[in-house]
Amino acid sequence: MNQTFFSVDAWWWPYVFILLAGSLPTNMWRWLGVFVGGALRDDSDLLLWVRAVASALIAGVISKLILFPSGPLGDTSMLLRLGATAIGMAAFWLCRKSILAGVVAAEAVLLVALFI
Amino acid sequence: MESFEQENPADKPDSAPQLSRFHWYCQGLKGIASVPAFILMMSYVGFGALAQEAGLSVTQAAFSTAVIWALPSQVVLAGALAAGTSIGLVALAVALASVRLTPMVAAWVPVVRDPQSTKLSLVLMSQFVAITAWIVTMNRMPDIPREGRGAFFVGFASSLTVCNTFVTILSFIVAGELSDSWRAALLFLTPIYFLTSLTAAAKLPSDRLALLFGLIFGPLIYMTGIQLDLLFSGLLAGTLAFFVDKQIKKRAARG
Repeated sequence: MNQTFFSVDAWWWPYVFILLAGSLPTNMWRWLGVFVGGALRDDSDLLLWVRAVASALIAGVISKLILFPSGPLGDTSMLLRLGATAIGMAAFWLCRKSILAGVVAAEAVLLVALFI
Repeated sequence: MESFEQENPADKPDSAPQLSRFHWYCQGLKGIASVPAFILMMSYVGFGALAQEAGLSVTQAAFSTAVIWALPSQVVLAGALAAGTSIGLVALAVALASVRLTPMVAAWVPVVRDPQSTKLSLVLMSQFVAITAWIVTMNRMPDIPREGRGAFFVGFASSLTVCNTFVTILSFIVAGELSDSWRAALLFLTPIYFLTSLTAAAKLPSDRLALLFGLIFGPLIYMTGIQLDLLFSGLLAGTLAFFVDKQIKKRAARG
C-alpha cells in the first residue's frame, strides 16, 4: 500500500500500478452501475432521479473545468473564459443547437484574445 | 448539430435481427467520424502532454487510456503518481474522481439493454461508458430500434477507446511542440464541448434543470473545500431538479 509509481524497479510494476490504482477504482463504479441500473424500470421515478444526478454530476465537472482549470488554461483570465463560454452558447442556440457552431465560436474567442 | 445521420429505422422493419445488429454495429463505427469523437480526440491530445510531464512512458500512457478510459480518472492518476503518492492513496483519489460513473451507467442500462442482454454482457459493455459515449448514447438511442442499440453502442464506444489510445501515443510524441496558447485552447475544448452536447442531449425537463443546477452547485460546493465535492453537488443538484420538475408537473396537471 505504501509503494509509489517509481519505487519498484521492475518493468511490469508501472502497469500493475495503473491497473490497481487507476483501472480497478474506476471500473468498480461501472460494475456497480450495471447492477443498480438492472433494477430500474424504464419509466420509473427512480430512473428519472438517477438521470438527473448523473447529468448534474457532469454539469459540475464542466463548470469546474471552466472556472478552476489547471495547466495553461488556468493562466488565462476568468473573464475571458466566461466570455468565450457565453459567446459559444449564444452561437449554439442561434445556429439551432449546433454543437460545432458553439465549440468553434468559443474557441475562436479564446484564441483571438490569446494571440492579440 | 446532428453529427451522424442515417435513415429512419422505422423504414425497414423487416430486416433479420442478425443482419440488423451488424447494420447497427457499422452505424456505430461510422460515428467515429463525428464532431463528438473528434473533440474527445482533441481532449486526449492534452492527456498525452500531461502524461509526459508526469513521467509516464509512452506505452504506460497508452495503457492507462485503454484500461481506465475515463479522462478525469486518468488526469488524477497522472497528477498523483507524479507527486510520488502511495498506491493506496492514488487508488482512493481515482475512486473519488469516478463515483459519477455509477449513476451514469445505471441510467444507461435501461436505454441500451435488450431481452438478450445478460449481466455479463452489460458489465463488459460498461467498460466503454464515459462522458462522450454516454451523451451520444442518450442523444441517439431513442431513434434506434431496441435490438440494435447494444450493437450501435459497442461499435461507437469501442472504436472511440481504440482511436484515443492511438491519439494518446501520438500526442505524447508531439507534446512540447505546442505553445501555451494552443494548449490552453485544447484544454478549453472539453468543457465547451461537454456543455453544448449535454445541453443538446437534455430532452427531459428534469435533465435540463439538473444541468442548470449542476453548473451552479458544482463550483459552489467545490469552494467549500469539502471532500467528494462533485458527488455532493451532483446529488444535491440532481435531487433538487427532480423535485422541482415534479412540482411543475403537479401544477400543470392542476391547470
